[in-house]
Amino acid sequence: MHPIIATLIKRIGLGFVSLFFVSLIIFSSLNLLPGDFVEAVLGQSRTEETVATFRKELGLDKPFHIRYVKWLSAAVQGDLGSTFSGRNASYANQPQQSTARTVTGLLKPRLYNTFFLAAMTALIAVPLSLFLGITAALYRNTFYDRTVNASALATISMPEFFVAYILIICLASIYQIFPSLSNVTASTPFFERVYLSILPALTLTLVTVAHMMRMTRAAIINLLSSPYIEMAQLKGLSRSKVILEHALPNAWAPIANIIAFNLAYLIVGVVVVEVVFVYPGVGQLMVDSVIKRDIPVVQGCALVFALTYILLNLIADVISIITNPRLLYPK
Amino acid sequence: MSTNNTDSSILLEMKNVSIEGYSDESWHPIINQVDLSIRRGEVLGLIGESGAGKSTLGLAAMGFVRSGCRFTGGSVLFNGKDLTKMNEREKQKLWGTKFSYVAQSAAAAFNPAHRLINQTIEASVSHGIGKQDQLQREAIKLYREMQLPNPEEIGDRYPHQVSGGQLQRTMTAMAMTSKPDLIIFDEPTTALDVTTQVNVLATIRNIVKEHNTAAIYITHDLAVVAQMADRIQVLRYGDTIEESETNNMLKTPKEDYTKSLWAVRSIKKKEKKTTDSILSIENVDASYGSGPKVLQNVSINVPKGGTVAIVGESGSGKSTTARVITGLLPPQKGRIFFEGKKLEANLDERSKENLRRIQMIYQSPDTSMNPRHTVKDIVGRPLEFYHNMKGNEYSKRVIELLNLIELDESFIDRLPSELSGGQKQRICIARALAAEPELIICDEVTSALDQIVQEGILKLLLRLQSEFNISYIFITHDIATVKAISDEVVVMHNGYVVEQGMKSKIFSPPHPDYTKLLLSSVPEMDPKWLTKILSSQKSKY
Repeated sequence: MHPIIATLIKRIGLGFVSLFFVSLIIFSSLNLLPGDFVEAVLGQSRTEETVATFRKELGLDKPFHIRYVKWLSAAVQGDLGSTFSGRNASYANQPQQSTARTVTGLLKPRLYNTFFLAAMTALIAVPLSLFLGITAALYRNTFYDRTVNASALATISMPEFFVAYILIICLASIYQIFPSLSNVTASTPFFERVYLSILPALTLTLVTVAHMMRMTRAAIINLLSSPYIEMAQLKGLSRSKVILEHALPNAWAPIANIIAFNLAYLIVGVVVVEVVFVYPGVGQLMVDSVIKRDIPVVQGCALVFALTYILLNLIADVISIITNPRLLYPK
Repeated sequence: MSTNNTDSSILLEMKNVSIEGYSDESWHPIINQVDLSIRRGEVLGLIGESGAGKSTLGLAAMGFVRSGCRFTGGSVLFNGKDLTKMNEREKQKLWGTKFSYVAQSAAAAFNPAHRLINQTIEASVSHGIGKQDQLQREAIKLYREMQLPNPEEIGDRYPHQVSGGQLQRTMTAMAMTSKPDLIIFDEPTTALDVTTQVNVLATIRNIVKEHNTAAIYITHDLAVVAQMADRIQVLRYGDTIEESETNNMLKTPKEDYTKSLWAVRSIKKKEKKTTDSILSIENVDASYGSGPKVLQNVSINVPKGGTVAIVGESGSGKSTTARVITGLLPPQKGRIFFEGKKLEANLDERSKENLRRIQMIYQSPDTSMNPRHTVKDIVGRPLEFYHNMKGNEYSKRVIELLNLIELDESFIDRLPSELSGGQKQRICIARALAAEPELIICDEVTSALDQIVQEGILKLLLRLQSEFNISYIFITHDIATVKAISDEVVVMHNGYVVEQGMKSKIFSPPHPDYTKLLLSSVPEMDPKWLTKILSSQKSKY
């Protein structure tokens, strides 16, 4: 077997191990949170009896480890359980009439929205930052390089909501090109969806490009003092050939890592932007569920976030392995 | 090696070339008004120590200066045109076509991401000299001329898949593909083992001669340049010291500085036979992790107050032996005795007293000293650790130690970055001495230093030995150093001890095969040495 495949299998295995530990942390830490869903829902009128019945119905009367095993084994099969909310106190006595939705059912459309926005942003931001990073490295210390760097720093220094509101003022209010609300629904047609999502996508592009572009530039410039770059120059190759053919192929590993990091951010860290544009993504759902103490939903969101992080980092790892001939072609 | 180049025309002429480099926020001269000229087909040897400006001058011959450097005067005339006046694009047309460069470390000068063949023909392809497949065929032909194994297939490999010697030959082939007028060889064999060096030198010499290419051969090793060059130019601190035909230069060097380049070869310690043993290791096997055995059944005896030199190529197990002795790498098998008593295999189990008695000095003082510690901290640390010294006594002892290594007390508050290479190595010696050890292991301690500095360090070590009766294990790949300072010699190869004995015995025949190969591969000053050694090797097969 090619050693790369063994390495990949090992990485994937390690990914599962981390996912397991993350699930344990998610489950146990949410149990430590103050406040209790049952008491919050039943309110002032609760009696010990109704509390106990409701707890039993939600399965909260069982000990921690049993609940964890049950939750995890269901989660592995794609079932993240049912939401707490949607049931209310009156149903406590008649559990069969519960209208609680499944967490997966609740999560799916939200997740689709989040991935849609992330993908749209990535499609703009990744090529843009690679282009800017490479050209900045190529023309380093020129006016172009300084301008790109300074504007990237400016956008990264502003809070996202501020960037978002500026875009709204410019592109939705003064020039009414794009809508300021991105309230997409499951039935929104594709192109309208793209149109509605442009402002949040632009906001996210502005806040992520700086990071990716600067790291791309740094990764390339870092290699420019290597003897093989000098060798390439002394072969009479043009500057762009030296950068594109000799520096860039050796810079993919750090670049892939920083891109993965930013893509993960686009999925798990965009709640502020979702709130500004009223975009129905997972971030909002998670915040709402925390407020309502709807633990299964919070757990579901956290698990999806963890999975995204691990998967993206795995991909970055794979890229750094396959772009390294030392690993790809062993002695 | 013809010297009758008088009728050939001048290919390149550098006149009054001055170059400055930027550091510490100001410009410093690197090359001061140096003249250099090369005729077609001639090989010029450029020799000097590190910092002499050899590489800078060699690159300047192509009209290239590294970033942070600039031409400040003079001209570089090639076919009547001044390279210093050309713009980048005009020079790029010459680089890779008329000029080629062969770098010191082939391992670093090849791009790890591309196959060898693509890098070999890259310059010619991008300059449109020929078609891809035709260039590939020519490259394969050159690979064959360079005596690379599997010339048809070796080009499909990546740089990490071939050995250092093969890479160096591939790089020479790479320089030849565009049939340049001038090749700059920048220390092309310095990073190679002596046995590999012989072959690379021979192939470079043949190919340059056959294609009648002019070359500038940069090196710090006079014996090497004697084999390669028609003419030698000696540089120091950016000035030309002297310049003449190779034979004249070797027979009658005019300047004292040129004579001093032989320095180490002039030290000759008289060998001393000692029967008392201070350290012996017996039948040691060792490996890193679960890897292959790096040492196999190694037994070495170190005489009290004497010097054992361990010689061998890289990968022969020299440094691993040092790690076993110091306890950094507990052996899988075998025992270590110090003054007749068994020594614990693992560093952690040894008593402080036993740790004190064996000290180590490393090849690179830059990496073995903490850059943020002052000389006082560095030398004083063993005083605190082993001898519980404090305050006045501590400071006094540090100054004493500095005096021992021939530095004065003004050095006490300096940082490593404020010292020269030789001074740094002296501080490392002082640090080892501070523990008052009985045995010092010197791992390639002079390899990174210039000839004259090397001489100073070796003399110092010899003086300290006679004053304090310290025993040395001296690990080196340099036969000249071995001859200079050892009493006994251990020859290692592939993890085995090939032979051990008194210096006089090891260096006089009969030799085991490997020792013979090793000794015969050390370049000698005789310009005919390479030719002789090649014909003697050939006659064997």
